[in-house]
Amino acid sequence: MIQPIDAIWNNRAENEELVLKPFLVIIFISLTTFAQSAPLRITITEGVIEPLPYAAPAFIGETGASNEVANKITELVKSDLFGTGLFREVPKSSYISEIDTFSSAVQYSDWKAINVQALLTGSVLVTGEKLSVKFRLFDVFSNSELGKGLQFNSTKQGWRRIAHKVADEVYSRITGEQGYFDSRVVYVAETGKKGSRKKRLAIMDFDGANSKYLTDGSYIVLAPRFSPTGERVLYTSYETGTPQIYIIEVATAKRTVLKNRKGTMSFAPRFSPDGQSVVYSLEQGGNTDIFIMNLRNNSSARLTSAPSIETAPSFSPDGSKIVFESDRSGTQQLYVMSSLGGSAKRISSGEGRYGTPVWSPRGDRIAFTKQSRGRFHIGVMRVDGSKERLLTASFLDEGPTWSPNGRVIMFTRETQGERGVSALYSVDVSGRNLKKVTIRDGGSDPSWSPLGK
Amino acid sequence: MTKFSLYFYAILVIFLVGCSQNASTPFSTNGVLNGSSSKFEGNVSDPSSIAFFKSNVGDRVLFPIDQSDVDQSGKDILLGQVDWLQANADYKIIIEGHADERGTREYNLALGARRANSAREFLVSRGIESSRIQTVSFGKERPVELCSNENCYSENRRAVSVVSNLNF
Repeated sequence: MIQPIDAIWNNRAENEELVLKPFLVIIFISLTTFAQSAPLRITITEGVIEPLPYAAPAFIGETGASNEVANKITELVKSDLFGTGLFREVPKSSYISEIDTFSSAVQYSDWKAINVQALLTGSVLVTGEKLSVKFRLFDVFSNSELGKGLQFNSTKQGWRRIAHKVADEVYSRITGEQGYFDSRVVYVAETGKKGSRKKRLAIMDFDGANSKYLTDGSYIVLAPRFSPTGERVLYTSYETGTPQIYIIEVATAKRTVLKNRKGTMSFAPRFSPDGQSVVYSLEQGGNTDIFIMNLRNNSSARLTSAPSIETAPSFSPDGSKIVFESDRSGTQQLYVMSSLGGSAKRISSGEGRYGTPVWSPRGDRIAFTKQSRGRFHIGVMRVDGSKERLLTASFLDEGPTWSPNGRVIMFTRETQGERGVSALYSVDVSGRNLKKVTIRDGGSDPSWSPLGK
Repeated sequence: MTKFSLYFYAILVIFLVGCSQNASTPFSTNGVLNGSSSKFEGNVSDPSSIAFFKSNVGDRVLFPIDQSDVDQSGKDILLGQVDWLQANADYKIIIEGHADERGTREYNLALGARRANSAREFLVSRGIESSRIQTVSFGKERPVELCSNENCYSENRRAVSVVSNLNF
């Protein structure tokens, strides 16, 4: 086992790739034949959830040099879990027993006594530039380990990703759903005054850390979208003077113009789920319709043909349908059509205007921006337009993007007036847990990546 | 257009431009409008100057909420632009379409394109060669007035003719 893992390590260390392997299966076996309570589980529903009490004693630093990183990782894991609104940390001051070594047996009764339902333990080893993190999760009231211990290897610089991976694993084991912490967001970083805003394509971790510019701000960029694998980003840029669609490689920041036809404007590009096609809007002679381009041969086909504005397309995850916005009825509304084009069915039916539809990763819902009575909202509806629910309200909310597991929506919120600024916010699909994402500059048009591999 | 109304609109445009510090070069920082930098604009007393076009002829038409049809006051401005472009055949124009901030980003981009195209079609219908006109939309990205009420929104829903003697 050692040899192949070292080989992977050597090949990938520079790219901060992570090696995930099952580790040390069972150190001790619970002898309790019948658990006294149901298995530990949070079922995420629309209703109000009582956060699950858990404890995460500081991960053990296996050497003195490992302690600092161990503490940082523990704090970040806790921050991720707290940020979901689903977990409540039982503080260290309540602990009856301490976790001194990673391998020692857990005294379940000591944790039960302080009503800890889940216990997370971990250890961290820093060797030169290498980082190795192990963790275990315990279902205290069942006197058993929840899943197997896992070990993640990376470079020392990759500690945030490892912490997010640990948190994803904990979230997944307890909720039964995929996590979303080891993910990134591409967005437009905004600086400068409202009338001459500098807009740069930027990428960051989902929590706002590690932000990096991908373009230099000498031209306006708008509305980026991740490819299904997270390696490339589509966006609209004024680099040539006219809005045109570009594609950029995240790793190298190498950008290529996809559409550049004089006298026309191309914008609102989104990938198909297989990453092979791009659906987008093309404006010709003042009229905007939706087209699809095959990325292998750059051939384009028209999907809509109407004198109205058709834009903001979004594929269903199975690739069979496209939701988009159109003002063919007189105001912006949402429509669904086959991804081959043809007739479209209107799905929005409430008062006001609906735009920027985005199909959920699970395929069951569509997030949108709604304008009604002078307010802007982020909302979700079923794909047939039923069960519309508004999650936010403000002077200007727009541009939702789904977390990879479909539980959280990030969007743009802009404040009013001459000093108005744009910021990124997130909210649970339940409508709870609204919060601002901490970033250095102003931000707009977020697009959430898939979960890291 | 009567002499009186031309005079009236010229005064109106001077007034509007005077109210807005940014009106003369709203996008020059983006390198989009190469012809709009003031050192190329010449003297406002020279009828063939860009400065004269902007302040005396009128470089913009405004639109009601959600509308992209040019209304009568807009047509009067555009007729002045036709006369000027016919008298100054070396010049080309880029018409920039804009929207106010009360809309979603991509829709406003399409709406700005509609507005720019309405102005373009009017100029072409009155005899300006289409090869002399380009359009571009800025959607809600470059407001010229920054407050968040209708006083500003009405100035931002605009199609601005940017004159240049440079080739496209």
